[in-house]
Amino acid sequence: MSAVLETRSVGKDYGEFRALHDVTLSFSEGEVVAIVGPNGAGKTTLVNVLTGLARPTRGDVLFRGRSIAGMGPVRLAQMGMARAFQLVQVFPQLTVFEAIATAVISQQRRSLDLWHATQAIDAVRSRVAQVADIFGLRERLDGLASYLSQGEKKLLDIATAFALEPQVILLDEPTSGISSSGKRVMMDTLMEAARKTGIKTLLLVEHDMDLVAEYSTRIVAMTEGSVLADLAPAAFFADPQLAATIVGKPHAGAVA
Amino acid sequence: MTRFRAALAFALLLLLAAPFVLPPYYVTLMLPALAYGIILLGFNLLFGYTGLLSFGHALFVALGAYTVAVMSGRLGVKSLEASIAVAVVVSVVVAVPVGLLCVRYVRIFFGMLTLAFGMLFHSFLFKFYNLTGGDSGIPVVRPSLGGMDFPGLDKTAYLIGPFYFYSLALLLVLAYLMWRIVHSPFGTHLRAIRDNPRKAEYVGVRVHAFRLLAFVISAVYGAVGGTLLAVPVGLADPDLAYWTHSGVLVFMTVLGGFGNFFGPVLGAFVYVALQDQLMSLTQYWRFALGVVLILIIVLFPTGLMGLVERRHSRARPVTEQGDA
Repeated sequence: MSAVLETRSVGKDYGEFRALHDVTLSFSEGEVVAIVGPNGAGKTTLVNVLTGLARPTRGDVLFRGRSIAGMGPVRLAQMGMARAFQLVQVFPQLTVFEAIATAVISQQRRSLDLWHATQAIDAVRSRVAQVADIFGLRERLDGLASYLSQGEKKLLDIATAFALEPQVILLDEPTSGISSSGKRVMMDTLMEAARKTGIKTLLLVEHDMDLVAEYSTRIVAMTEGSVLADLAPAAFFADPQLAATIVGKPHAGAVA
Repeated sequence: MTRFRAALAFALLLLLAAPFVLPPYYVTLMLPALAYGIILLGFNLLFGYTGLLSFGHALFVALGAYTVAVMSGRLGVKSLEASIAVAVVVSVVVAVPVGLLCVRYVRIFFGMLTLAFGMLFHSFLFKFYNLTGGDSGIPVVRPSLGGMDFPGLDKTAYLIGPFYFYSLALLLVLAYLMWRIVHSPFGTHLRAIRDNPRKAEYVGVRVHAFRLLAFVISAVYGAVGGTLLAVPVGLADPDLAYWTHSGVLVFMTVLGGFGNFFGPVLGAFVYVALQDQLMSLTQYWRFALGVVLILIIVLFPTGLMGLVERRHSRARPVTEQGDA
């Protein structure tokens, strides 16, 4: 399988601090990769480098064989990589329809259309409706984002990333701030959305090891800016030492 | 929506009927309001829709005014359409470099940079006497409208007749164009930028380029409005570019309500009427206007239009935000 996204000996320094050190990873189609590790392990820095927010100090990042180091989010979105942040990001004064339409307009390259009404473009409307259906936001299309519940805001945030129809999507703690009972619902929604929208590679930064065990096909464990392990979930949880290093305690539901 | 259309049709009817029913003085008073309406439609694309508050927008108004002055007074080109066309070109030529620098900043930094450019232009108008006429400005010769000179009409008859309808037509056409723009995919992206530029980038919105485009469009509206503003006065002077004039634009927009498409246009009319009434009552009219501004911001932050909308929505049963 060819790599969709890869890093080659990537390092990132913030002054004296080495946030990432010699990270070489390769992500392929069909993978659901969980990036795990204790706080300060470099997970977010890795995601930032992968999504063009931070330019690597050393090494290179390739998306479908092309260097994207420090390319910036707009062009990456056009190329097929989307990202949602840990802290929920919405457009407070836009309706749910308009928020999703924002991404759909980018994806359909209509942003320089100054004449037609967004609401009246059939291709935009039908696409927005599809995405809203997947994320259970159909009933909310006319409401302002700021009136949504916290969980719905999170869904909307992620829905806008999916609406870009990316090949790779990076989700930074998609279940943070959601009740434990809601986490599975969110993960099921994400998996279904990825399948329905044809997203090929899903990268998740996730703390909840139960979810990681259940949903990922591969685990990249990081500590102190380096890759400690890069294994399938079964192999990862078979090593009690490893799980203990990452979560600070042995994992109960070890073998998934 | 039908109520909105009815209100719009009613307002249009009033504007069309005004020259036939109002005394000439009040009709001439509406001329700057029409011009400011155009200016503020552009200004609010930047402020209300893109989230950038310019404190130097009077620069472009002055640019339009000086264009018509130079064209009619110095070069002897009497056609107002020609002046407007040149004003559009000049404003684009100025707005692109100024905007390129300004839109890299947001909030107060954007405001201060635009203020600085406005002041620069004011100094230029003030000091380059040979070119700009310095503090006495450049007189505007009565322009022809659509090739017609109206030789039979005296100044007032010209202003309250053909020029009034010319200004109104221009306002309507430009308002229609702006309406299309703010409701287009481009307009949706502008509002996404206003609400959350970081998130907007990650959904593929070209934040800087679109801020610049909004800046240029708003500059063009400012310049076109500026040409209309200078004709009744018969003069383009440096005060048009002074920062207090930019402040007046902000005042009008806040007064009418920047959250509504027509808010700034309403603000222009109310401001012009208010200023006229207050000036006839007291020499401390600026003080009174200040009080009005404070009251608006404290009591009705959504402006006059927001007030109307709120009353309207209160009268309706709440249908949207209930649980589905």
